[in-house]
Amino acid sequence: MSIIETKNLTKTYGKARGITNLNLSVEEGDFFGFIGPNGAGKSTTIRTLLGFIRPTDGSATIFQQDIQSHRDSILSDIGYMPSEAMFYHGMQVQDILSLSAKLHKKDCRQEAKELCHRLDLDVHKKIEELSLGNRKKVAIVCALQHRPKLYILDEPTSGLDPLMQKEFFRLLQERNEAGATIFLSSHVLSEIQKNCRHAAIIKEGKLIACDSVSNLTNTRTRKVSLHGITTLPDTIQGTSVQKDGDTINFLYSGDIKPLLEQLLPLPLQDVLITEPDLEEVFLHYYKEERS
Amino acid sequence: MIILKKELRQNWKAFLIWTAVIAFMLVICVLMFPEMSKEMDSVTDMFANMGSFSAAFGMDQVNFGEIMGFYGVECGNMLGIGGGFFAAYLGISILSKEEKEHTAEFLFSHPISRSRVLAEKLGSVFLQILAMNVIIVGISILSFQIIHEDIAVKEFLLLHLAYLILQFEIACICFGISAFLRQNGIGIGLGLAAILYFANIICNLSEQAEFLKYITPFAYGEATDIISNASLELPLVGLGVVVSIVFVILGFGKYTKKDLAA
Repeated sequence: MSIIETKNLTKTYGKARGITNLNLSVEEGDFFGFIGPNGAGKSTTIRTLLGFIRPTDGSATIFQQDIQSHRDSILSDIGYMPSEAMFYHGMQVQDILSLSAKLHKKDCRQEAKELCHRLDLDVHKKIEELSLGNRKKVAIVCALQHRPKLYILDEPTSGLDPLMQKEFFRLLQERNEAGATIFLSSHVLSEIQKNCRHAAIIKEGKLIACDSVSNLTNTRTRKVSLHGITTLPDTIQGTSVQKDGDTINFLYSGDIKPLLEQLLPLPLQDVLITEPDLEEVFLHYYKEERS
Repeated sequence: MIILKKELRQNWKAFLIWTAVIAFMLVICVLMFPEMSKEMDSVTDMFANMGSFSAAFGMDQVNFGEIMGFYGVECGNMLGIGGGFFAAYLGISILSKEEKEHTAEFLFSHPISRSRVLAEKLGSVFLQILAMNVIIVGISILSFQIIHEDIAVKEFLLLHLAYLILQFEIACICFGISAFLRQNGIGIGLGLAAILYFANIICNLSEQAEFLKYITPFAYGEATDIISNASLELPLVGLGVVVSIVFVILGFGKYTKKDLAA
């Protein structure tokens, strides 16, 4: 069953790009990564799904209910973490947590206590005294304390230190194992590769790839590093060619045998042929579209 | 009532400061009256000879030497300006502050409808205005006791009722405008309150500007008319109520469909 489904979802505002004809499907229980650089439309998609902005065209469903007509019932089962974690000044962390719980009409005190303990968050601090990282922690507790079915997280790790990022993903894994669906946007590809099962790549408001993370990285494309030469012969069809001292890095797609034959006469010291990681796939998609 | 309580809790300091300042000014004025009334004959003559300046503040219509006349004019200025500006501040900031301070995403990611949030926020504005006026009336009555003057109850209550409606109207107008803003429009709100206040002064001064009385709520809050007639100008009050309702409906219509700023 798909938890999130968008059909030709489009949002244009003024001159800003927004999103165009986005067709996205996230299955129940998935751990889904939404990748794209700043301004590609990640936040616009999320903000449309949550009803902060109205789609210009197309439609979307969450829990198989229309996002516009069933907004309130949908939101009661969503834990959302905005990219900018901003809260009311003058309030203490515990006031924010209890306000959020009350708005969900749930008693989350026990859950909040455990989460604050695991994230090392002081609930007596005032919001204006918090650093970005600590505000992010408040946002995490707000998103997790009512144990929703779906987590929508907009660049959740920015501002968190590596230890906290690790603990955060551990929390998400636990929730995912308990059956919840995770949808997170990021431009940090390594964390998507490490944690997500499926991923979509968005570019200039359009979806350019959507597949399992293993399929995305497990293409016939190979990352090739050649040590000992400074220019790549024209006969080799490489993309994303990068020169680094006496090393040439490039992506190669196609039969491997002709490549090896072409490499043979070259004065090479070392050759490395590996599977590309998500970052290279991502760059590959971005450059391919451009050319 | 979660949002209503949140708003009251967030705003109690500003509420106390405004209320205390306005009440303090009113008390000072009332306590000054015995001193002033001794010299009032000459003062009244002076005001009578100041022509349009007195007319601007309606001081040609009431006897400044009597406590109710004096109170009406002073109260008109203190509570009119102070209360009107506080109402404008509350109304204009109540919606736009969520987007300005980037808390709108936190608030509206919860399962609560926008119209519910709006209703509770408007309720918190009304409640604060009402509470401020009740406190001020109470303190004012006490100050009358201190100087041993009798209150003309009907005129006194009508006066404060008119000011309450006036403040509600300004708050509603600003609330409606607030729905269209992405930034905090405190300047717009206070500016609007000032324009409406001066519109009434111009209206008092010039026959040609009489139409302004249909625009500014300060026209039905004109203390001197209320004191000398012991009644409110009901058509103007009615118009004010209609204007308030129209702006609130506009605000709801806009905000429930609005794209929230990030």
